[in-house]
Amino acid sequence: MSYTATEMMTIAAARALTSRDVCFVGIGLPSAACNVARLMHAPGITLIYESGAIATRPTVLPLSIGDGELCETALTTVSVPEMFRYWLQGGRITVGFLGGAQVDRYGNLNSTVIGDYGRPKIRLPGAGGATEIAAHCARVFIIMRHHPRAFVTKLDFLTTLGHGPTGRERRQLGIRTAGPTLLVTDLCVMRPEAETNEFVVTALHPGVAREQVLQNTGWAVRFAERVEETEAPGANELEVLRELHARTARAHGTAVAAE
Amino acid sequence: MPSSLSLAAAVSSLIHDGDIVALEGFTHLIPFAAGHEIIRQQRRRLTLIRMTPDLLYDQMIGAGCARKLIFSWGGNPGVGSLHRFRDAVERQWPHPLEIEEHSHAAMANAYAAGAAGLPCAVFRGYRGVDLPAVNPNIRFLACPFTGEPLACVPALKPDVTVIHAQKADREGNVLLEGIVGVQKEAVLAARCALVTVEEIVDDLGPRSPNAVVLPSWVVTAIAEVPGGARPSYAHGYYSRDNSFYVTWDAIAKDRARFSAWIDEHVMNGARSPA
Repeated sequence: MSYTATEMMTIAAARALTSRDVCFVGIGLPSAACNVARLMHAPGITLIYESGAIATRPTVLPLSIGDGELCETALTTVSVPEMFRYWLQGGRITVGFLGGAQVDRYGNLNSTVIGDYGRPKIRLPGAGGATEIAAHCARVFIIMRHHPRAFVTKLDFLTTLGHGPTGRERRQLGIRTAGPTLLVTDLCVMRPEAETNEFVVTALHPGVAREQVLQNTGWAVRFAERVEETEAPGANELEVLRELHARTARAHGTAVAAE
Repeated sequence: MPSSLSLAAAVSSLIHDGDIVALEGFTHLIPFAAGHEIIRQQRRRLTLIRMTPDLLYDQMIGAGCARKLIFSWGGNPGVGSLHRFRDAVERQWPHPLEIEEHSHAAMANAYAAGAAGLPCAVFRGYRGVDLPAVNPNIRFLACPFTGEPLACVPALKPDVTVIHAQKADREGNVLLEGIVGVQKEAVLAARCALVTVEEIVDDLGPRSPNAVVLPSWVVTAIAEVPGGARPSYAHGYYSRDNSFYVTWDAIAKDRARFSAWIDEHVMNGARSPA
């Protein structure tokens, strides 16, 4: 069964989640991956959206972080201050799922500006929940499309702390959570190296050459000693993902959710 | 008991040029009709506060109402950029926009501090990131008991908070249901509060004893505005017009097209200024 690079990325990210996880979900690729996991191999997963929906089971993907579908299918819905204070800062979330406009080799993220903060070339949406999601969730998964302008040597702005500018700041700052432990792209899977916390390629998606990863990474990306091949998406995984997108497109009356 | 006013009269009497105004709503119950009335009455130099300035603030910024924005995430959810917001920050159109930027956790805590009558909010956050370097209102203090460095931001205290809710009764008690966001805190943090509602009813009806109810004596004015949250949604009344959020991207991208849209859909809208 043929599939797209984005489908491979979403399914590879979904596989990293388990029924035991309590997951803080962002809109877009994270939301698709989390819901595929819930519909496939992780039916017990608890999905939490920052709008306040706890243990939500949407039948279609929300366009926004606060679609009615999330509240209607949730176990309970709390206020936004309660969400950030008791549930996130309180340390009750196992996985935070994030993306961004730029990532560096230590999993730090920029979603604030391209260019200088005072005179930005591109003003991006900003931090939203990401800064504290990355600090308080037990670990963080990052999902982003590979591109040399997105995988950069130096971020234009550090919105969200991964392992820090040198890979060591997290511990120095007394942050006890693990930080980013997984980076899934449309080309490969990357994990932080034990000593340095630098993200290295641990698996290539089927048909992807090392050269492609090198060309699409702004820093001199390294490969783990043993690089595996990601298992291709199964027919049932693709079916679940595509049905989810088809239901979503019908519900929203658009094709915007076609990723 | 709050005054029951027309929307035009409520905006005219409560919101003045130069005020600090929060129109809150976390995707749900966004007070679009009230924001459009503020545009129609051509309020200027407002400091706008909102966690998630979305299409409504894009429209208010593009229409020239805002001098400053205090926010934590400025995008079109699930779609992309806010082009009017970007044009103001990147190219100072229609005029420069000062920004005070936070994270969601900081804004939520700052509203809660405002509601609690505290001067500032204390929380665990902002460690190792760049925002404190560009926002002097983000500071750190040591916990007096453990020494742990904690983030500190000033409480949010709007002159006026504007929200939309499902119902009010004839005494002016307000009921909110569904994703309730930060609206209760935003109302209690403000000097005065304007609430638009889908309907004014004799009785708020069957509800949980723990439902989010704003008692009449914390609300300054109520205006009945059916559909007042469109194109966002009102749980139990109508759903989110997701296709409009997608359409907005192209409208807002172009200054002339945006201005024409404001003229047609807001300035010449059904509700004329008082």
